[in-house]
Amino acid sequence: MLHLVLFLVFALGCVAGAVNLLAQRHPIDSALSLVVVMGSLAGEYLLLGAEFVAAIQVIVYAGAIMVLFVFVIMLLNAGVEERTPGSRVALLLGVPGMLIGSALVVWLLLERSPTPAVAAGALPGPPQTIAWLLFHDYLLPFEVTSILVLIAIMGAVVLASPPATTKKES
Amino acid sequence: MNGSLAMVPQATDYLRVLPEIVLSIFGMAIMFADPLLKERPPRTLGTLALLGSLLALAATWVQAQYPGFAFWNMVRVDAFSVFFHFLIVAVTAVVILTSFEYMEVEGIRAGEYYGLILLGAVGMSLMSSAVELVLIFLALEISSIATYILAGFRRRAAISSEASLKYFLLGSFATAFFLYGVALMFGATGSTSIQVIGAALSSFEVPALAYAGIALMFVGLAFKVAAAPFHIWTPDVYEGAPAPVVGFMSTAPKAAVFAVLLRLMFEAHAPGRIGLIWVVAALSMTLGNLGALVQNNVKRLLAYSSIAHAGYLLVAFAAVPDSGIPAAMFYAASYAAMNVGAFAVVSHFSNAGERYVKIEDYSGLSSSSPLLAAILTVFLLSLIGIPITGGFIAKFYVFSAALQSNLVGLVILGVLNSAVAAYYYLRVIVVMYMREPRGEVPVSAVPAGMGAAMAVSLAATIYLGVLPGRVLDYAGRAVAEWLH
Repeated sequence: MLHLVLFLVFALGCVAGAVNLLAQRHPIDSALSLVVVMGSLAGEYLLLGAEFVAAIQVIVYAGAIMVLFVFVIMLLNAGVEERTPGSRVALLLGVPGMLIGSALVVWLLLERSPTPAVAAGALPGPPQTIAWLLFHDYLLPFEVTSILVLIAIMGAVVLASPPATTKKES
Repeated sequence: MNGSLAMVPQATDYLRVLPEIVLSIFGMAIMFADPLLKERPPRTLGTLALLGSLLALAATWVQAQYPGFAFWNMVRVDAFSVFFHFLIVAVTAVVILTSFEYMEVEGIRAGEYYGLILLGAVGMSLMSSAVELVLIFLALEISSIATYILAGFRRRAAISSEASLKYFLLGSFATAFFLYGVALMFGATGSTSIQVIGAALSSFEVPALAYAGIALMFVGLAFKVAAAPFHIWTPDVYEGAPAPVVGFMSTAPKAAVFAVLLRLMFEAHAPGRIGLIWVVAALSMTLGNLGALVQNNVKRLLAYSSIAHAGYLLVAFAAVPDSGIPAAMFYAASYAAMNVGAFAVVSHFSNAGERYVKIEDYSGLSSSSPLLAAILTVFLLSLIGIPITGGFIAKFYVFSAALQSNLVGLVILGVLNSAVAAYYYLRVIVVMYMREPRGEVPVSAVPAGMGAAMAVSLAATIYLGVLPGRVLDYAGRAVAEWLH
């Protein structure tokens, strides 16, 4: 019972944060709503028994990545979002579309899925289990991620550096 | 399943990802060599990259000697994956050859350029052997992010930055679709391994969630191969990106995504496959060809043509596996051969700053450079699908596979589309042979590297058209080994 109440509290917080993120017109307000979403998700992970993932969620997402978001918003000096006729059309079509889409996903999950619900506290939570998965079963994806990061760094260098001059010009 | 119980990876595990290891090492070596070789021409780094891709080609042969699973069922080496490894690495080598001239003319930062091509090829070749959705997602991201950056390498052309940004934003959106699909598929079957998903989807009643998962993953992957209705980005990106890069990203990453799609559609027993493919293939062929009719820029024309070709290739996906998969594999190979070749010619002809990319610029190329005109003609004829070129055999097998599976409507649509397509390819040939040359367009001599690239593509296009037997046999055996 307590689980259900906690689940509902976090779930409502998560959905409300996500809706508010879209509704706010100032980027900082949206970013702060995202913190609510991330924090509520961490609560849900904890309820599932994934305490390590919950901690990481708070440290990495709600902490580090959010700080990056806020810095970028400040550096770009992003102002209040403007409403254009196009954005009004997007609003008119988007909101019903979103509602229909989420209703469809909920219906799929509730009615037509044979997968039973995951019991509270059922997921592998301790760091040892995560480590075994990360450094054994998923060793190759883990290593491959480093190439992904390397490419991203190279991209930042290439696209941010001033254009190289040709031999003729220098 | 050698080594699946071991605590640490065994030697065979590493041998089964040997091409990827070789490509990564050379990609990083180029980054190290870049500051040391500052005084040398960019050709030196290009040669290093070429050496890396040729060694990776040799590594593919070594890898082929050790079929099986590696890294606890993450990677599966079989004839199917070796086929796509060979294709992707060969395209990488040829594209590096076509880049030698471009680097010098355009003054592009060679270290990052070649490094990104090699590291991007790591992702692409990994996609063809990965059998686990998490790994597929990472490999897909490596290949996509590398191509987003490569599209923006013409730093002094605003159009190139625009291409890069458009590709990045839309591509990230498509990736999100793919990831959501993976999550729903995990929800439906409890696994991200394609084998387990395949077993789950074929044994009991298919959960509706799996349909949603497949549809979303398909949206993400269809974007990457520029299939309609997810093709809007293609003309702008192809127009803005450097010409050799377009030759690369219209072939190697696409072949890799088609390999993933083949595994997903056939090994994972994707539900609702035929309906999904039917609509997307029909739309891609029609929209691609109709769009190409009104283009005046050769790069945009080839962009629309690549949308149409993705459509033809997808026709094979709706067919039965035994004839459809080999047809799709052969099509991917022959499309790579002719398209890399066509972009090599376009890249050489466009000159500094890509000034000459209009169809009118090609006026009278047959008299100013008969050889170049003849080579481009062969590639264009192959893109139409004229006999004795690879394009003909590829289309023939795709359509006959579709006929065997009673997809008459789709075949009729495909044949009609091929007739429409002939018009705009022939228009380029007519301009080259029938018009007076325009004095102001200089045609420089073809340098050795570019000449070698054109020769390899030309040889591959003709070989696949005249003696397709060996490649088709190999593809057939690959499918037999994979699915039976």
